[in-house]
Amino acid sequence: MSGLQFDQIRLPPECETLRAEVRAFLAEEIAAGAFDPHRPGHGDSHNRAFSKRVGAKGWIGMTWPKKYGGRDRSFLERYVVTEEFRVANAPVRLHFVADRQSGPILLKYAPEHVKMDILPRICRGELCFVIGMSEPGSGSDLFAAKAKATKVDGGWRLDGTKIWTSNAHIADYMLGLFRTSPPTKENRRHGLTQFLVDMKAPGITVNPIIQLTGQHDFNEVVFDGLFIPGDYALGEIDGAWKQATSELAYERSGPERFLETFYVMLELIRAIGPDPDIRSAEGLGRLVAQLHTLRRMSVSVAGMLQAGKEPVAEGSIVKDVGTVWEQKLPHRVRELTAFLSPEIGNRATLEEQLAFAVTVAPKLTIQGGTTEILRGIIARELGLR
Amino acid sequence: MAGDSDHIVADTAARIFADLADPQTINRANDSGWKAPLWRALEEAGLTLAWVPEDLGGSGASLGEGFAIIGAAGRYAVSVPLAETMLAGWLLARAGISSPAGAMSIAPARLHERIRIEGSRLRGQAVVPFAPETQHIAVLADTQVALVATKSCRVGKGRNLAGESAPVVDFPEAEALQVGAISISPEQFLLMGAAVRAMQTAGALQTILSMSVAYANERIAFERKIGKFQAVQQNLARLAGEAAAALAAAGSAADALAAHASNEAIFLEVASAKIRCAEAAAEASAIAHQVFGAIGFTQEHILHRFTLRMLGWRDDFGNESWWAAELGHRVARRGADEFWPLVASR
Repeated sequence: MSGLQFDQIRLPPECETLRAEVRAFLAEEIAAGAFDPHRPGHGDSHNRAFSKRVGAKGWIGMTWPKKYGGRDRSFLERYVVTEEFRVANAPVRLHFVADRQSGPILLKYAPEHVKMDILPRICRGELCFVIGMSEPGSGSDLFAAKAKATKVDGGWRLDGTKIWTSNAHIADYMLGLFRTSPPTKENRRHGLTQFLVDMKAPGITVNPIIQLTGQHDFNEVVFDGLFIPGDYALGEIDGAWKQATSELAYERSGPERFLETFYVMLELIRAIGPDPDIRSAEGLGRLVAQLHTLRRMSVSVAGMLQAGKEPVAEGSIVKDVGTVWEQKLPHRVRELTAFLSPEIGNRATLEEQLAFAVTVAPKLTIQGGTTEILRGIIARELGLR
Repeated sequence: MAGDSDHIVADTAARIFADLADPQTINRANDSGWKAPLWRALEEAGLTLAWVPEDLGGSGASLGEGFAIIGAAGRYAVSVPLAETMLAGWLLARAGISSPAGAMSIAPARLHERIRIEGSRLRGQAVVPFAPETQHIAVLADTQVALVATKSCRVGKGRNLAGESAPVVDFPEAEALQVGAISISPEQFLLMGAAVRAMQTAGALQTILSMSVAYANERIAFERKIGKFQAVQQNLARLAGEAAAALAAAGSAADALAAHASNEAIFLEVASAKIRCAEAAAEASAIAHQVFGAIGFTQEHILHRFTLRMLGWRDDFGNESWWAAELGHRVARRGADEFWPLVASR
């Protein structure tokens, strides 16, 4: 490798105009009771009416071409929208997967009429997408997937099981990885194809799996002879492994990779008050420095991608360092507030948020590529594998 | 944003370091005979007084260009008072004082050190990096800057973690050659010094990362290159994360200073860089030494030239704990509702 690079990207003025619009929108939504920014984990993390209002603003699929319902805006503008929504704890679950990763894959690999059919509906906030990769017998090892797609007249028949499928119970479509051929001796990654799956079609059973937080995101999705049309196969048959593109870097390096437990930091600031003791002040200062640094790394990767560079190692590093940080954050806040008076004004909110964040924390370094897998990717980029 | 000229200047600096400050050659040298030719080359290229305007005897480079030189010096763990001379020149220029030829250092480089000026006489003590290797010291005393000849001060014997001279200098009645009122606050000097040390650290970390990866790809244990072991790969990926954080944080702070961002923004940026680079220095040096094993713990190996220097730089211009407490107090005073807008503004 030729060394790490973080170009000094500053968000251009149009981003700040947009940020003001986004903040005004979120303030109105909060005032109207659409969600409570201080109670993450309470209320619905998905909200169809809210997603449609976000779509109407033009903030879903906003980087895509206008003819597919997008707004031709920059990835830095999308960055601003993503971070403001995340910091406000807005219920974006319904549209976020489609916006971040499913849409860009369809843009690249779907036939034109499929794009014209689906992408505008994503942009309007009408569609929820899920990712079908993990299976009961395979998680991080994507290429061990067994759920299969068999060629039939006019299309494909799907059989098998996907698991840990977040939002499958509310989803309209899945982008799933299915086996179309056995792996070859030379290439164990060969033989998988990516498919667009209509979740409302007959032949799918969605079984809920309740998480340790009591929330229901996960599902087991069973395919039993589901038929899907031929034009729902995306990209090269048997060649899904080649389709890992620069979108992956966006997926890994966005603000959602370090802001997931951000709310406890705000509660920390409220708890310690305007004139904290030296221990609280130092503890807060270190967290501020770490957060600011992560954001500068993340913005830099977004800017380099926008400029056509391929910061693969840098993008993976943002997710590795960012998720480890956001996982530790609630524990750190708990330590820093340990000696505060029980009488502090925000005690109840602080404790409620800490309880939620501490419970959620373990998943942050698992979802979307575990720490171990990410570090393997970083090691490969460093030239070690 | 880093301009093309930053790269040109940094390339010039890197070429000089590669020719005259190769860490391996220097580490093997029995004496400090390499220092004079290196310094001559740096002076001739106008690098030592990069931050001094031409009418005050310098080469008038931009802040960004200067930080690029400092970053390159960090990558070579250059052990001459280049950063100190650049900072001294910058400080003197803030008072309209021309920079003399030769090496300089600065005081105070540590918190809580106070030097007083009465008339043209200095009083006080400070740890002065590289003092015995300099001809002059630029001293900040409240709102004034004094240029003093090093030989007119009492120079002690101290060294830093890396064995570089960093003695306590006593200024008992030392006579200043020139004194001028400065146009900046003492805090601005501290911020510049902290940003310089952060940039040096980020540079050193880039070399530590590439050295460690190269070694893991060479060294065989249990009949495999150690870089093929997942445990080692995971450690090196963490090292890359620390090097990345330092690079991004220091680069961002330098960019904020070069772009004359608001005081509030500069404080966030520089404090964050000093804190995060110091944290990275500790984490990364542990990992790098782990990769190199006993070989890296010898005088003979060059790893210590990088790890010990960056660990020592943590203590100059405010250590990370001090900066964190300052930053924490400021953020707390602004209140929770003003915190995200501050972060998002950068």
